Amino acid sequence: MNGLVYLKNVVTLELDPEKCNGCRMCIIVCPHAVFGIENKQAVILHKDLCMECGACMKNCPENAISVRSGVGCAAGIINGILKGTEPTCDCSGPGSTCC
Amino acid sequence: MYTRFLTGNTISAVPQISTVWTWQDFWETIKVRWSVGRMNYSIEPGIYATGNPDGNSPVFVTANFKLTFDHVRRAITGMDAWLLVLDTKGINVWCAAGKGTFSTKELTRQIHRVELEKIVNHRKVIVPQLGAVGVSAHETRENTGFHVIYGPVRAEDIPEFMKAGMKATAKMRVVSFTIWDRLKLVPVEMAMSMKYLLLAMSVFLILSGLNSKGYSIDLAYHDGLRSVFILLVAYVTGCGITPALLPWVPFRRFALKGLLTGWLAGLILAYFQLLGHRILEINAWLLIMGSISSFLSMTFTGTSTFTSLSGVQKEMKTAVPMQIIMASSGVVTWIISKFITI
Repeated sequence: MNGLVYLKNVVTLELDPEKCNGCRMCIIVCPHAVFGIENKQAVILHKDLCMECGACMKNCPENAISVRSGVGCAAGIINGILKGTEPTCDCSGPGSTCC
Repeated sequence: MYTRFLTGNTISAVPQISTVWTWQDFWETIKVRWSVGRMNYSIEPGIYATGNPDGNSPVFVTANFKLTFDHVRRAITGMDAWLLVLDTKGINVWCAAGKGTFSTKELTRQIHRVELEKIVNHRKVIVPQLGAVGVSAHETRENTGFHVIYGPVRAEDIPEFMKAGMKATAKMRVVSFTIWDRLKLVPVEMAMSMKYLLLAMSVFLILSGLNSKGYSIDLAYHDGLRSVFILLVAYVTGCGITPALLPWVPFRRFALKGLLTGWLAGLILAYFQLLGHRILEINAWLLIMGSISSFLSMTFTGTSTFTSLSGVQKEMKTAVPMQIIMASSGVVTWIISKFITI
């Protein structure tokens, strides 16, 4: 690890091993190598490294993965609270980008 | 819309683009990093050709943010390929995928719109891995018949990925966040909250003139400039120092990292007697500097590549009240210190 690990035991990532068909899509799309393969089935190896981007859930053809995905961005969360919406990335409104 | 990269040639009616950056491209990259006129940097969505591609050439999918497009076209220099640019409203792949503009729907729409099945014989599109946040490979296949192959996270790894037969190594699949990556993002971070800094500076500059005898322009000038400098240091600490030193600053919570760096910066200023000579004023500044640096460091969670929504929400529950209490008590203490000689 490169020393960049965020808070422990907060991530909402869940994997249902009953549904997994071992296609490895989650391993391919995960940007933080959270998943591994054991006995031809996906397993969560490093849950605390998950940033809840939702790529695995979106690309799991068996719907075996669930995660409350969204932006891990303080400004986005404040923005969401102010607008009364989900945390949103449009921090500076139209005409600019934040990321 | 940018068109300078077009060579003027067409390959089976598809416009050909140059893969070489001009000096303007380098200059614009710098401007984008400093948030100057960022929204003007979009590319017309659609299909482009690099080199002399044919029906067997690979198709790379990308976003219509100029910086992203530029990195992809430079990475595939010397390759005969097709480039399918999605309409992401001038935003990079990862953020656009998070916002839902780099999506299954948009990919499906563009594949149909350009009639990709008539341009290539194969049924594969190479989508950047970070696009997987918005694109579903199996749904795209159902919609279009095209298989989504996830390419490397970084465009620069595309040549190696292609050489390996469209296989990414484990390293190509992981998002890094090196000191260089972080430093590149500091200017945007600074530009984003610049207006609040200028506002705070003006308020402190004006209030600096207050004293027990009324108002002194002379005092506003001397104490005011010192206040402006202190605020600038707190701002640079939160926007620049914490991000740069991120892995080496203790604590996992960004707000605590920022509080620590803010206080260290404050203690350094205090050592050089820049926070004033009175206990009350020094304390006021430490509260203000700590809260500013803590808040700005916390906003770097949005720029960082590893923080989760659940984590940031948890951190903010305690950090935001702490920052508000520190900042407001700091300002009140500072104003009181103008009238009392402790």
